[in-house]
Amino acid sequence: MKHLKLPPWLVLLMPAIIILSAVVLIPLLLSLYSSFTSYRLTRPDSLFNWVGLFNYEKAVTDVKFWAAFGRTVLLLAVALNLEMLFGLGLALMISKVTRGQRALRTMMMFPMMFSPILVGFQFKFIFNDNVGLVNNALQSLGITDTAIPWLVDGNLAMFSIIFAEIWTSSSVFGILILAGLYAIPRDPLEAAKVDGCTPFQSFRFVTLPFLMPFIYIAMAIRSLDVARAYDIVQIMTNGGPARRTELLWTLIGRTGYVDARMGYANAMGYISIFLAIFFTIYFFKKLTAARKELGMGV
Amino acid sequence: MATNINYQTRRVALKWMHSAGLFLAMMVLCVPGLWIVLNSFRPTVEIMAKPPVWIPNDLNLDHYRAMFGGIGEGGVPVLTYFTNSLIISVTSTVIAILIGMAGGYAFARYKFKFKGGIFVGLMVTRAVPGVALSLPLFILFARIGIIDTHIGMILAYVAMNVPFTVWLIDGFFRQVPPELAEAAEIDGCTRWQAFWRVEFPVARSGIASAGIFAFLTSWNEYALASQLTRSTTSKTMPVGLLDFTSEFTLNWGGMCALAVLMIIPALILTFLVQKHLIAGLTFGGVKG
Repeated sequence: MKHLKLPPWLVLLMPAIIILSAVVLIPLLLSLYSSFTSYRLTRPDSLFNWVGLFNYEKAVTDVKFWAAFGRTVLLLAVALNLEMLFGLGLALMISKVTRGQRALRTMMMFPMMFSPILVGFQFKFIFNDNVGLVNNALQSLGITDTAIPWLVDGNLAMFSIIFAEIWTSSSVFGILILAGLYAIPRDPLEAAKVDGCTPFQSFRFVTLPFLMPFIYIAMAIRSLDVARAYDIVQIMTNGGPARRTELLWTLIGRTGYVDARMGYANAMGYISIFLAIFFTIYFFKKLTAARKELGMGV
Repeated sequence: MATNINYQTRRVALKWMHSAGLFLAMMVLCVPGLWIVLNSFRPTVEIMAKPPVWIPNDLNLDHYRAMFGGIGEGGVPVLTYFTNSLIISVTSTVIAILIGMAGGYAFARYKFKFKGGIFVGLMVTRAVPGVALSLPLFILFARIGIIDTHIGMILAYVAMNVPFTVWLIDGFFRQVPPELAEAAEIDGCTRWQAFWRVEFPVARSGIASAGIFAFLTSWNEYALASQLTRSTTSKTMPVGLLDFTSEFTLNWGGMCALAVLMIIPALILTFLVQKHLIAGLTFGGVKG
């Protein structure tokens, strides 16, 4: 190995770089190129039909695209914040328990094992207007006689999807925040008590700032996942009814595969990927700032 | 005295609220999954019953029997799917871990130019969703001719998991003090030996949990698999779930049975690593 002049770190990183270039970078460049053409799956020769920025112009002026964009941002905002609150609640409740904490922790992680597509089917079943658990329960309790069309009505469908998202992912926040709670040093909390802080004050001014880096990490991970939400929505409503739950990636997937307009789909995809990268960088910036504040080093 | 009683009642009330809240939260988290498990044992008539049958009076294994049975009985080639899933997930996990160990070690132990830039570059590849990748990968794989093969899926999943394994393993190696390896080298080990004898054993459990993470991601992935697999030669279980759907109807019972089959391995693995999972995410992410 002596004759190789490559520095060791490069040799070690080489496999990662090679595989990522081959499977992620090259396809992305290909799709970048095809986003400037009128490529259709059904007509392979259209890959060489250069149309310049036409696809991007079309995407930017497409009402359907912006509607899906808006819904994705809405889902992102609502789901992330609620997940954060529920996760925080879960973590606080579990950390206060004295016995059986391990069992509770395991139970909390239960939803994390479910494949997103499975979550989709599960909630499609549970929210089914005819045989679903929710309607059955509501009818048996006599709260309503009619079958509530959870997945057929536009607004209710969005609610159901948000519910499913929150169900699967609150525990991601819960786990990370719990890890944060375990790592909190005791001294500042006791100092706060001595200084006469109410429990709420010591939570707000001591515990919460300490938890912020953990929350931002969870936010960064989850914002990426939600921004590319596909499986759950695809299965639960397939973007319906009448496109009322269409998100960016279900729209893009449909345009690419069902309508076979790959070029256009890739153009929309690029705009969406930038949305995702923007959110990630935003949260990582926040994370770095929060870390500095705590003096944890970068 | 009055304030004391007041304080006492408040404490008891808080305790009750705490227990009630916890109970409610756990119900919400666990009931949907248990509902699926329960329905996999119930006959279709009971699932579809109106008014609903709450107390199951006829639990049986019909859906499982049908699933493993022949095509004529509404069965799906579930064993083939299971083997496909297993081969693809295990192979891609092993490769991703090896690559991740090399990459993570490089980030944890060496100083070099553009380190931050390369790291962010690796992470950004995670921002690309499976659907976006599936469009060009489909074209590319079709050209090379590895669509609907194990190799194609393994390649795709390795690439999907590498950024994450590098990130996690980097965090675990950082926790190992560099002095340990240096001491071993002074004692006459080569760097390679020092790695395998000293650093690797210390970080082993962390690496294992990164592996389980990678396994679960591959095991559960759908968006890529649904486009890159076409037939029983490479279809994985998440794609196989769709076999229970037809244009207008869904075989709920059968689907639940396959779902249970999918969850069991995930369940066992997650239980095994839950402790490392917390540590891994914390150290890898926050203190990284």
